[in-house]
Amino acid sequence: MTSNQAHLRAVPQPANHNHPQRQKLYLYTENLSLYYAEQAAFMDISLPVCQGKITALIGPSGCGKTSFIQSIIRMHELTPYARIAGKVYKHGQNILDKGLDLVQLRKRIGLIFQRPTPFPFSIRKNFSLPLKEHGMKRHDEIEHMMETALKDVGLWGEVNGRLEHPATTLSGGQQQRLCIARALALRPEALLLDEPCSALDPHSSRAVEELIEGLKERYTLIMVTHNLAQAKRIADLTAFFWLQENAGRLIEYGSTEQIFKNPQHALTQAYVQGRSG
Amino acid sequence: MIPTQFNKTTPWRDKLLATSAWLAAAIVSLFFIWLLSDILWHGIQRLSWDFLTSDPLDAGRSGGIGPIIVSTLLILTICLVVAIPIGLGCAIYLAEYAQQAHPASLRYIRGSLDVLASMPSIVLGLFGSAFFCILLGFGFSILSGGLTLACMVLPLLIRTAEQGLRDVAHEHRTSAAALGLSRYSTLLHIIIPAAAPAIMVGIVLSVGRALAETAALIYTAGYVTRMPESIFDSGRTLSIHIYDLSMNVPGGNSTSYGSALVLIILLLFINISTAWLNEKYFTRKFKHA
Amino acid sequence: MSLLHRDLLLHWVLRIFALLASLIVGLIAIFLIVESFPVLNHVGLLAFFSDASWHPTEQLFNLLPMLWASLMVVVGALILSIPLSLLSALFCEFYAPTRLAVIYRRIIELLAGIPSVIYGFWGLVVLVPIIASIEAPGTSLLAGILVLSFMILPTLTLFAITAFHNISQQQIANSMALGISKAGFICHVILPLARPALLAGTVLQTGRAIGETMALLMVCGNVVQTPSHLFEPMRTLTSNIALEMAYAMDDHRSALFVSGFILLLIVIGLVILSNLLVKEPNDTHTV
Repeated sequence: MTSNQAHLRAVPQPANHNHPQRQKLYLYTENLSLYYAEQAAFMDISLPVCQGKITALIGPSGCGKTSFIQSIIRMHELTPYARIAGKVYKHGQNILDKGLDLVQLRKRIGLIFQRPTPFPFSIRKNFSLPLKEHGMKRHDEIEHMMETALKDVGLWGEVNGRLEHPATTLSGGQQQRLCIARALALRPEALLLDEPCSALDPHSSRAVEELIEGLKERYTLIMVTHNLAQAKRIADLTAFFWLQENAGRLIEYGSTEQIFKNPQHALTQAYVQGRSG
Repeated sequence: MIPTQFNKTTPWRDKLLATSAWLAAAIVSLFFIWLLSDILWHGIQRLSWDFLTSDPLDAGRSGGIGPIIVSTLLILTICLVVAIPIGLGCAIYLAEYAQQAHPASLRYIRGSLDVLASMPSIVLGLFGSAFFCILLGFGFSILSGGLTLACMVLPLLIRTAEQGLRDVAHEHRTSAAALGLSRYSTLLHIIIPAAAPAIMVGIVLSVGRALAETAALIYTAGYVTRMPESIFDSGRTLSIHIYDLSMNVPGGNSTSYGSALVLIILLLFINISTAWLNEKYFTRKFKHA
Repeated sequence: MSLLHRDLLLHWVLRIFALLASLIVGLIAIFLIVESFPVLNHVGLLAFFSDASWHPTEQLFNLLPMLWASLMVVVGALILSIPLSLLSALFCEFYAPTRLAVIYRRIIELLAGIPSVIYGFWGLVVLVPIIASIEAPGTSLLAGILVLSFMILPTLTLFAITAFHNISQQQIANSMALGISKAGFICHVILPLARPALLAGTVLQTGRAIGETMALLMVCGNVVQTPSHLFEPMRTLTSNIALEMAYAMDDHRSALFVSGFILLLIVIGLVILSNLLVKEPNDTHTV
């Protein structure tokens, strides 16, 4: 364990945080590592996530950022040879525990993929399916939730009247906003976003980005992004990942301002100033 | 009217589905074990080198199945000798020349092959007996049987071969054209070799299908149990032998079991070669793309 | 010969081969019609549905009991095998641990390759005696249904597994991230999306079931009658041809060709139906 990482070891205790914000924590990971068969995707990540803020995960491709956020809602369990070590604490509970209600976890924390993933059904069914699955029975409640969520993402005006049409007929940007609305309809506490704008054209990308920024305060957001300008624009806190010894590691974490203006670690400095990665 | 609670979902649905799935799998597996062990148990009592090579005695109740194996192989050979060239030719036509063909004729070709693929084998047997045996005068013979079987496996062969040809990466065709190679050379030296594993799979599948056939052969190849001396002789295949001994010869069950076991082993062997060829084909496919 | 000539020749040779392959069905149809002609001329088509019974030697040609028998055995087999095959496929794709799924799939592939005559043989020597102990004679509609359902089950299952697998690949991450349970995923995503492919596959297998001859010949009892309950023996249209062709003469033989032609028509109808079902694309179809 090098001296760079020494301060990260102490991170789980809020009082020892180095960053200026003494915010409430939504969740934090403790020495989280993920292995696919023998290959480590990431190792020893201890990252705090502050409530109501946007935390950006930056770093080059292959550093395990996507695997990391997916493991928070235990999506790695879909892969046969994946093995996880470490803990993830939310509201005092380790959500990696076997006995945890996975369905509830994924309701409380939503995941938005890089490429929009609407169901090949009608727009309406894209909402009613997960809502019914999570126990909502009344038709009027479902309609209301759908409308609220669509208004939240600014899609209501564009799709109202076309709710029976297949979701796949929407443009890329609209589809991605639909996916966000769909996750919001479940009334989550947090959203995980995996490079939500990278598969979109610049115009749609701006729209989605503004939407994400508007979700702050009400929701906790973790966003993986390759776009440093984007991170600077909307993220409150930033975590920098890098590949070391063949596994993704958390190199530095702090307020966005601090990471970009005053990076502590040499690697961070090189990356945010565009010299490597 | 903002709902604050999501109701608990219904876990009994999940359990019911899971239990039913496991139950279904158990039923099917049990049936499989029952069937195979029964045949294995009774069949292995008759199996021996003698059984495989000697002539049948006492209407088949005892003795061996030598001539029957020979007839089976002869009929198979004729089937393949006829079906492979025609099937391959048709597959190449469909895969390579489809754009230049009239769309109506393409639809007709594909449609007729689809119908042929679903044709009841007894109807094919009717046709075979009227056409090959009577009209062309071949009579009850291995030749008639083989030709009828060729009609039967043709759709399967064409479908598999066409898929294999289509799967050959497009770059090969375009780079060959850019080098000024003729259609003929491209096909002969590049495309067909690349598709060869898939075509082999198609052939192997057709052999499996042909071996399993009975109804199409009863009225074309005949029933005779003698060792055939030419392809114009009548002969019976393993599947017909099983049928005849169990239905028409009291006490013939034992030989039926033995023949059934031989047939299953043969088919297993074919199944395994197909799987092995498939592996070989898929690794080649990835190297191409 | 020049390169150009060679290519031209190749094109023509291939055209001829393709034509040959596609002519077979036409040829079959022609032969069936030609051979059916005599009896249709003497007796007329209506006789095949309205005569007193099937006694060809006495010029009675009612096919209906056998048509009903064929229909009943196929419907019975479908009722048994469709749920079993769907559940088997769900098992293989979603519930079985990987190793077990691979083994189970191999089992299904092997079952799919077993010849119908072996199923018939086994049905005759094992199933029929068991049924006979419940009610004689053992060779019956029930035996036919059981044997036929186990014959079409493997192919139906393999079809379903492929369909489920493809859809699952596309939709699983999406659905799991939304917290949709496995059963919910199966019932509301997989099954609706797989429906067109499953229907098409079922129609094809129905065609195969109707055409099945040997196994049913061996276990159904070969009495020409419309079965009124499960334990009665019966004879399907296909088995009839196989049985009587050996000694049929003149009108009798011609009548068998008529029944063969009817089978051909049914099969063509099913193929058309199946093609229509597959053409229906998913995205113009809001579920």
